[in-house]
Amino acid sequence: MNLFSVALKNLTRKKVRTLLTIGGVAIAIAVLVSLWGFDTGYQRSLNSDIDKMGYQLLVTAKGCPYEAATLMLQGGGGLRYMDESVHKQIVSDPRIDKITPQLVATAYDAARQEGRGGVSLYMGIDRSYIDLKPWTKFKLGKWFSSDDANEVIMGYEVAEYEQRAPGDKIFISGRNEVLTVVGVFERNGTQDDGIIFMPLKTTQKIFELPGKLTGIGIKLKDMRELSKFEEDLYNVPGIQIISLAQVKGTILNLISSAKAMTNSVALIAIIIAVIGVVNTILMSVFERTSEIGVMKAIGASRMDIFKIIWVETTFICIFGGILGNVIAIAGGKTIEYILKSILPYAPKGHLVVITPHILILSFFGAVIMGLVAGLYPAFRAASMKPIEAIRKGE
Amino acid sequence: MKPLKKPIIKAAGLAKVYIRGTEEVYAVNGIDLEINDGDFIALMGPSGSGKTTLLDLIGCLDNVSSGKLEVFGKDVSKVKETSLVGLRRGHIGFIFQEFLLIPSLTAIENVELSLYFARRPQERAKLLQLFEKVGLGHRVDHLPKEMSGGERQRVAIARALAVSPKFLIADEPTGNLDTRSSQEIFDIFKKINKEEGLTIILATHNPKLGSQADHIIYLKDGKIVSKEESSLY
Repeated sequence: MNLFSVALKNLTRKKVRTLLTIGGVAIAIAVLVSLWGFDTGYQRSLNSDIDKMGYQLLVTAKGCPYEAATLMLQGGGGLRYMDESVHKQIVSDPRIDKITPQLVATAYDAARQEGRGGVSLYMGIDRSYIDLKPWTKFKLGKWFSSDDANEVIMGYEVAEYEQRAPGDKIFISGRNEVLTVVGVFERNGTQDDGIIFMPLKTTQKIFELPGKLTGIGIKLKDMRELSKFEEDLYNVPGIQIISLAQVKGTILNLISSAKAMTNSVALIAIIIAVIGVVNTILMSVFERTSEIGVMKAIGASRMDIFKIIWVETTFICIFGGILGNVIAIAGGKTIEYILKSILPYAPKGHLVVITPHILILSFFGAVIMGLVAGLYPAFRAASMKPIEAIRKGE
Repeated sequence: MKPLKKPIIKAAGLAKVYIRGTEEVYAVNGIDLEINDGDFIALMGPSGSGKTTLLDLIGCLDNVSSGKLEVFGKDVSKVKETSLVGLRRGHIGFIFQEFLLIPSLTAIENVELSLYFARRPQERAKLLQLFEKVGLGHRVDHLPKEMSGGERQRVAIARALAVSPKFLIADEPTGNLDTRSSQEIFDIFKKINKEEGLTIILATHNPKLGSQADHIIYLKDGKIVSKEESSLY
């Protein structure tokens, strides 16, 4: 016989009440774990998106940097155009390791999204694009036959979606051009999966943008030269330089206000759960007034009583914590789906990543919650005078 | 000739006052009493005569308002209730009219809990002997709700005896029992008193039972009206 088994047996006395209270704690913990998981997952996906771009700097035409940042992650460049001469001007800079010009274009396609209409993304590239992303592999087919061929290579997802294979003809709506699919890239988990690639010159011709680019991706030989390099490029008129570190910061800033909001929701959920636990335990303490009195009469010290009630509360929160973690893991996919539909920019990959670290942290959070919630009821129970408790309970 | 006995409880001018609104109510009002080791005492008197309050004071469950009370030679009249737990624990056994067992624990667990509080854990075999003694050897693993009143009171007696107390306090122990169970429970008290010499102080309404104790103390309005020695004594 010890205090733990007494506390456990007390909890099984009113099963429904105990389960409801555990449920309240579980929901609060599940919210918390999901939020932390989202935080971790989002940053991780964002980092991986950015790393997989292969470049550290993107030169674009002057414009809103936020717009450019978002567009860049979604398609590779802001839809403002700069002259190809910029590329020629900086391509020979000795500090540059790799450099690639890109031209992003969009076409509205009424057939997309099951007939609701949507935008298809096209990107004009040249060989250097692959040099920047050496991990790029062909699933099917091969590279363009020439610099200005009417040919496309499709990203994995867009090819899957449109059911295309090399040899198929595709039609760009509004442009009256027919192109031949020559290759399909392997999935790489970035926005590239959703883009249709064309030779740069072909893109310029089809979209009537001769000599124009939307962006230039640059990878430096030495990252430490980054700030000096950026400074030098400020002298080139009509362009701006976005470093991916900046982009990351910008996006994280954008979601941080949303995060503050959701964190306060989690906090409220936890406060409500704590109040619920305190209420339940207090109620059960008052119901057991005469029992507590008799325990004191037969020799229980204040500390004994305090511990029994404290352990009961902590048990509730521990069970709630475990259940909450299970709910968060099980419901992670659903939350991810909801988040992806409401976020302005969602990176590829898992948005909610629940790490063991988060699970351990939330478990201890639940334990602390129990210890805090149990203080007052335990104190009330411990302070009962045996004689008053016994007589009151009669 | 009575053997010389050692007093374990001494009360002089003992009083307990409750405040009811603006009124002071003396539940116990100037009691002088001496209880010796091995005594079997029945407190009798009408409701509200102060039996329960006197038992609470002697059992160190409540603070003394005025007068002097010595338990085991220690003056407890000035000690706060919170410090009395050490004195109660393992020294005084309590038995209540409502049995007051912990409903979520089985008979034997109820006894184990009191041993836990007394920091004196015991072997199950030893506890089973104790249950035999109170006539409940076969039902130790049942919950209180599965037992009759008489059985529950036997568990309560086992719980009180388990810690080997120096005296036993029983407040109307048969108040909720039928005549037959009442006599059976009372017989257990008599047996422990005679065979083990354990001091028992018991309050009862039942003159037939009360008269079987060695000493009978009649209370009225918080005062002792008369003390009798049983004819059997």
